[in-house]
Amino acid sequence: MTPVETFVKKYLRQRVLPTIWCGGCGLGTVMRVIIKAFDDLSIDQNKLVVVSGIGCSSRMVGYMDTNTVHTTHGRALPVATGIKLAHPELEVVVIMGDGDGTAIGGNHLIHASRRNINLNVFLLNNGNYGMTSGQVSPMTPHAWYASTSPFGNLEHAFHLCDMVKSAGATYIARTTSFHYMQAVRLAKEVLEHKGFAFLEFYFQCPTYFGRFNEMTDAPTMLDWFKKHAVRYNPENPRELEKGQFYVGKLWEDNTKDEYTDLYAKLCDRAKEMMQVAK
Amino acid sequence: MSNAKGRTLLLQGNESCAMGAIYAGCRFFGGYPITPSTEIAEHLARKLPIVGGAFIQMEDEIASISSIIGSSLTGTKAMTATSGPGFSLMQENLGLAAVLEAPIVIVNIMRSGASTGHPTGTGQGDLMQSRWGTHSDHPAVALAPATSQEMFDLTVKAFNIAEKLRVPVVLLPEAVVGHIREAVYIPAEGEMEVLDRARPEAYEDYRFFNRDESGVAHPPDLGTGFRPHYTGLTHDETGFFTGIPDKVNEFAVGLNSKIELNREFLTDYCEEAVEDADVVLVSFGVTSRACAHVARDLRGNGVKAGYFRPRIVWPFPDERLRQIARKAHTFIVPELNLGMMRGEVERIVGPGKRVVGINRVDGTMLTLERMQKEVQEVLN
Repeated sequence: MTPVETFVKKYLRQRVLPTIWCGGCGLGTVMRVIIKAFDDLSIDQNKLVVVSGIGCSSRMVGYMDTNTVHTTHGRALPVATGIKLAHPELEVVVIMGDGDGTAIGGNHLIHASRRNINLNVFLLNNGNYGMTSGQVSPMTPHAWYASTSPFGNLEHAFHLCDMVKSAGATYIARTTSFHYMQAVRLAKEVLEHKGFAFLEFYFQCPTYFGRFNEMTDAPTMLDWFKKHAVRYNPENPRELEKGQFYVGKLWEDNTKDEYTDLYAKLCDRAKEMMQVAK
Repeated sequence: MSNAKGRTLLLQGNESCAMGAIYAGCRFFGGYPITPSTEIAEHLARKLPIVGGAFIQMEDEIASISSIIGSSLTGTKAMTATSGPGFSLMQENLGLAAVLEAPIVIVNIMRSGASTGHPTGTGQGDLMQSRWGTHSDHPAVALAPATSQEMFDLTVKAFNIAEKLRVPVVLLPEAVVGHIREAVYIPAEGEMEVLDRARPEAYEDYRFFNRDESGVAHPPDLGTGFRPHYTGLTHDETGFFTGIPDKVNEFAVGLNSKIELNREFLTDYCEEAVEDADVVLVSFGVTSRACAHVARDLRGNGVKAGYFRPRIVWPFPDERLRQIARKAHTFIVPELNLGMMRGEVERIVGPGKRVVGINRVDGTMLTLERMQKEVQEVLN
């Protein structure tokens, strides 16, 4: 653990600050949570790779002083899969937004979950496409508003954590930009988990999502997170009321072997078979 | 081959390609099954684990090319193999690889027809897709093997070009070349040149994407202590986004300059009897094998004929063809599409020359007999 100023300086490329994010945006908080987790776990920034797609959230990698790859829309996970499989000793973090990760990259999300490859995935969910100024996304709630759902969203949002669970992810959690302390704890659990670890991270977008949905400033949106978040307790799960959602660790399965470990064993087996054949 | 150190095997074109990849140092393959390329994946699924490489079957071709870009950025040579429909899906990140200056090799075994087309038929319809398939100006390199032997040799060459110039390179065999079984000489280790990317020991002021005199940037591998930033956005020499018009221009012109500044390295063609030729058959890939016979037959019948075949089709060997056109007046361009290379030839030889196509798009080959007949009709 290092003092605040030191860890911020250590993990951010000060030469490219300030960020491009709007006033009131939650991404600054989210970035702080993630680098705090890096620092708390003393992660070597020379052996860390952070991969993103396209969108407001994906711009985060540019600010982080480590190995960073800003790929194409939706493609962070397959690029990260190539990095991790080629060099399993690297710590690989994936940052993507909700449009990035659930619409254009949705197929990659379910398959990366299925493989249980050791990626640390932060899906930053603001419920709309912020970069292109507030269009409806697969994570915009039913009947809510966006620039391309001006009469209310006809579609329904994914139950994202359930989706990646059924796809095979072995660590799943949800938090929000209101729940700073919890978020840091969960981010560390994501990094420490061996296997496909997934954190759905709600954050406020007052500029677009909020403006279309009568929450035009950050405090109002944070207050909304606070009022609707329900702490998940697997011993005693509470019935959710309309608009409520669970936060906290939702699922962990340590019985399933991780993909790059399995691949290493496969290589040993294949080499042995070759020896026998000779 | 006189050198006895290597060995000669009877190999299918796709196997030969896979063995060429291993020889060139490829240690990562990410792919998705598609006829007629699948044997490459199958071969590498067996071989890569034994040589310390990684094999992964991804969820689609978009993910396949993404995975090999990721591998390449860590410094591990990587390849994928596909066919037309899959190649269409890869165009998005073919552009990303060009902009990230990530060396990768994409094998596109050409089948016949647009869309799903005729998967087991052969064709040459992806010539232009391999040049212009991804959006906007970008450096494009494509090689067209005609034999099982060239499936090995040009795969090694594709990796060498990719590594040296830090570009995505496309290998463009037809389904027939992927599936033909021929004798292939496999050189011994060290017998054939294998190039690796330059790895600078230091960079000044985070200028990871500075270009050298040959137009090539040498950004560092991930995880080697430099902490670079890679982005598909237009960027300056530090790798970070720039929207300043002068800098955007410098980026776009600089990225594309790799081709012109390395023209000699990127020129590879075969030719026969072109110096005094009046008639030249210009062709690429498998179609060129019949062309050589046709040109020789014409010579035997008193027609001054020759043949010309680029092995590197992109960039096209403009200069050599222009030289040939000083003497030759007729160019016959047989191809398994409706005239993609003919357009290139017309552009290069200019007006006043006769350029005639012989085209076939039914999934089968241009046979020697048919070509002889059609060439005769052109010359009558």
